[in-house]
Amino acid sequence: MSAPTAVVNVGADLLADAVADQAVPVSRVDWRPPMEGTEADLALVAADPRRRTANERAVEAVLGTTATLVDVAPASELLGLERGQFLHAGPPITWERASGPLRGALMGGAALEGLVEDPEDAAALFESGDSVSLDPCHHHDSVGPMAGVVTPSMWMFVLEDAATGRRTHCTLNEGLGKVLRYGAYGPEVLQRLRWMGDVLGPLLQRAVRTVRDSAGPVDVTGILTQMLQMGDEAHNRNRAGTLMLLRDLGPAMVLSSRGPDATDAADVAEAMRFVGGNDHFFLNLAMPACKLALDAARGIDGSTMVVAMARNGTDFGIQVAGTGDEWFTGPAQVADGLFLGDYGPDDANPDIGDSAITETAGIGGFAMATAPAIVRLVGGSVGDALATTRRMHEIALAENPRWSVPVLEFQGTPTGIDVTKVCRTGILPQINTGMAGAVAGVGQVGAGLVTPPADIFPKALHALARRVPPSPS
Amino acid sequence: MSTPTSAAPTTSHVELRPGAYADSVTLLQVSRSVQALDGVVAAQVAMATPLNVDVLLEMGFEVPAEAGPNDMVVALRLAEGTALDAALAGVDTALQQAGRRDEGTAEVAAPRTTGSALRRAPDAVALVSVPGPSALVEAMDAVDAGRDVMVFSDNVPVEQEVALKRAAAERGVLVMGPDCGTAVVGGLGLGFANTVSPGPVGIVAASGTGCQQLLALLDHAGVGVSSALGVGGRDLSAEVRGLATREALRRLDDDPEVELVVLVSKPPADDVATEIEEHAAGLGTPVELALLGPGQPDLTAAAERVLRRLGREVPAWPVVGSAAAPSGGTALRGLFVGGTLASEARLVATAELGDGHTFVDFGDDAYTGGRAHPMIDPTLRLEHLARAAADPETAVVLLDVVLGHGAEADPAALLAPAVAAVTRPVVVAVVGTAADPQDLDRQVRALADAGAEVHLSNAGATRRAVELVKGARA
Repeated sequence: MSAPTAVVNVGADLLADAVADQAVPVSRVDWRPPMEGTEADLALVAADPRRRTANERAVEAVLGTTATLVDVAPASELLGLERGQFLHAGPPITWERASGPLRGALMGGAALEGLVEDPEDAAALFESGDSVSLDPCHHHDSVGPMAGVVTPSMWMFVLEDAATGRRTHCTLNEGLGKVLRYGAYGPEVLQRLRWMGDVLGPLLQRAVRTVRDSAGPVDVTGILTQMLQMGDEAHNRNRAGTLMLLRDLGPAMVLSSRGPDATDAADVAEAMRFVGGNDHFFLNLAMPACKLALDAARGIDGSTMVVAMARNGTDFGIQVAGTGDEWFTGPAQVADGLFLGDYGPDDANPDIGDSAITETAGIGGFAMATAPAIVRLVGGSVGDALATTRRMHEIALAENPRWSVPVLEFQGTPTGIDVTKVCRTGILPQINTGMAGAVAGVGQVGAGLVTPPADIFPKALHALARRVPPSPS
Repeated sequence: MSTPTSAAPTTSHVELRPGAYADSVTLLQVSRSVQALDGVVAAQVAMATPLNVDVLLEMGFEVPAEAGPNDMVVALRLAEGTALDAALAGVDTALQQAGRRDEGTAEVAAPRTTGSALRRAPDAVALVSVPGPSALVEAMDAVDAGRDVMVFSDNVPVEQEVALKRAAAERGVLVMGPDCGTAVVGGLGLGFANTVSPGPVGIVAASGTGCQQLLALLDHAGVGVSSALGVGGRDLSAEVRGLATREALRRLDDDPEVELVVLVSKPPADDVATEIEEHAAGLGTPVELALLGPGQPDLTAAAERVLRRLGREVPAWPVVGSAAAPSGGTALRGLFVGGTLASEARLVATAELGDGHTFVDFGDDAYTGGRAHPMIDPTLRLEHLARAAADPETAVVLLDVVLGHGAEADPAALLAPAVAAVTRPVVVAVVGTAADPQDLDRQVRALADAGAEVHLSNAGATRRAVELVKGARA
């Protein structure tokens, strides 16, 4: 046998020193005890004979997904949403427990659907609960940023995995400031939403279908590959992605102002201005693209990969490949960051939105190193950004060969959060996020960094441990 | 929101700074730090874009009509009596600070898991010594990565050992341990290991200090060892069934340098013994079984058998110094740092002397709770040595000293003076090789100079101690 050329030492330094004394390089693991009370579950799950191959399959399924933009249509058509049905971000929640921004968005949504004249009257409607129902976006192959409210008349992007035909959906992004997803429901909010339904949605539908049927659908996963090399991390910065989408759809949008059923040229110009001027427009494509990839790993028994992280403004929930549809939830935290105007931490609602699906897929906060332009927005330095992405690799199962980070020598983004690694290291997923005002109707108050509540990972681990088949004796 | 309480009077100040520019993120930070100043109720430093002007108007500031996107606007609302100059100075300081470059942290943090470290070191083997309840998890990272692993940790439940070794067997990975103190892999010592020359012998050992005794004796006889693979004390139990022993035998059988394999273990569970013997018979390399226990040859006898089988001469095992006949007492007091060395001494001595003698293993869990192994920290044994020396019942003191990588840098430094203070005869087995970092000769001389009789063979040392006890009785 030849002597090992290197040794990884985990534990007593003295043993590492003894190897180093023999002139063999030693890598010393910075080991610390795992999260409290997790040793037994960690050992059970580590010893699960299904785990390694299950996680390999999960990673393969995620990386093998290609999201393409195949259609734009109203939620009533796509999801069969009916009058009175509301989707929202995060794990399931009732009106009683809903936070300000979610309530605000639901109230605005009720007015948009004509259930009430004045959004303020909607509170009584939701309190009685008779003619309305709430359900998570994630339960309908969809994701929604911030409050994530979807009503039947809202238009949605349809993303499809070319290989399997699986689909996911997301509404069109409204822009920043006073917008429904941040809980604002004033007249200007509803007016914008109506314009999006009357003008923007149909126009995008024509353009998306034209492109799909001529050149082939827009490759959203491909745009993500490029934007990650252009300073976007696809959660808090989507500028390059938005402009690339406009590049791909622009010609077809322009041409829709000609011929039968022509759209008014002024409307086309307004739509292009709206899309191009909204740096977050692409977020609503990045999110369903990430969900499409992660959904491919759902239901793989024995896999410890997180397939969804989502918040409803009250609870932060995760779902795991190996534990079916169960949500593991804890209280959502308030982000740490910078505030708009004279808002402060007391004005911010706890974390909200399905947008943490980007981090779940290895971008957003996980790809912070590739977006130095926004590190100060969340109160950090470039060095912090590099360290954050490297730290996220400690809890990830794999690297994404398509999504690479130039400044880290083109290392792939950290892909597939491993519940066991989170419990072992205590390193929590780093999420870049916007902050909604705590009071319904306020809108956005800032942006910053947030992590999930730590205890949901031991909960998920315990569920994984309970599902480990008894070992043959 | 730091909205002024309705009663508190405030003053507002808005100024345009045409041509001044900073990006929006910088200005957000500046606004935030100015807002934190004493007496500042609200602050907004921003480029006067239409959006920002709207924000300022909403905050209740009056913005000059000529303000344009290329002007910086500084808007402050101050509590009554706050000096404007001080607040504006604060704005300037904040602007300067925001422009300063942070060097950042280019340093890459250490890996946090074995798996992460192995990703960065593609050819490494893993050495695990974390507390027992976490050992399986770290070791499994190595198995997942297809890398060999030594598990030094003890207190690993046997069912976890089985799971780990089953997974390893599927992947052709060698798991040395748990509770494996010693390994030499292709000449590299892991854990407590002696420095040996390469040679024709390969060892598979379920016992750490048993393996070290063999290394020391073969080294003295001029026979090298290519590898000594520990497998952990339970590997040949009915539960684990030799999972690691089979893999270790396979590795040594594949090594063209190895002419003879020696398997050192407590006697295996009955049916496991049959399985392993059958397995060994199917290998191309002969396997010499050195089983330890009642009725079995001791380690020194095993080493002699290996030498004869290789056609080498069996040397006289070295003895330095000479213990005088005891002046009183009847009991043999054996104080050991090596577990297998303690059991071997007990077996050898009890056969001759019967009961009534002590053989303490300071490496036993009962003595290591919360403290380092006695091969690293000699304090506890030194205490007991002083106690044994003061006991009138003590006839002879028997000690071991184990050298090699990982062990105390100079064990004689503390032990020799302690031995010198003992008025009873002291016999010491020093287990080490000539090239060990502690310098075998120097250690032996120091102890002999202190009055001890020093043997290389633990069995030899024990027999000598027995002889001395018998002499005292006669």
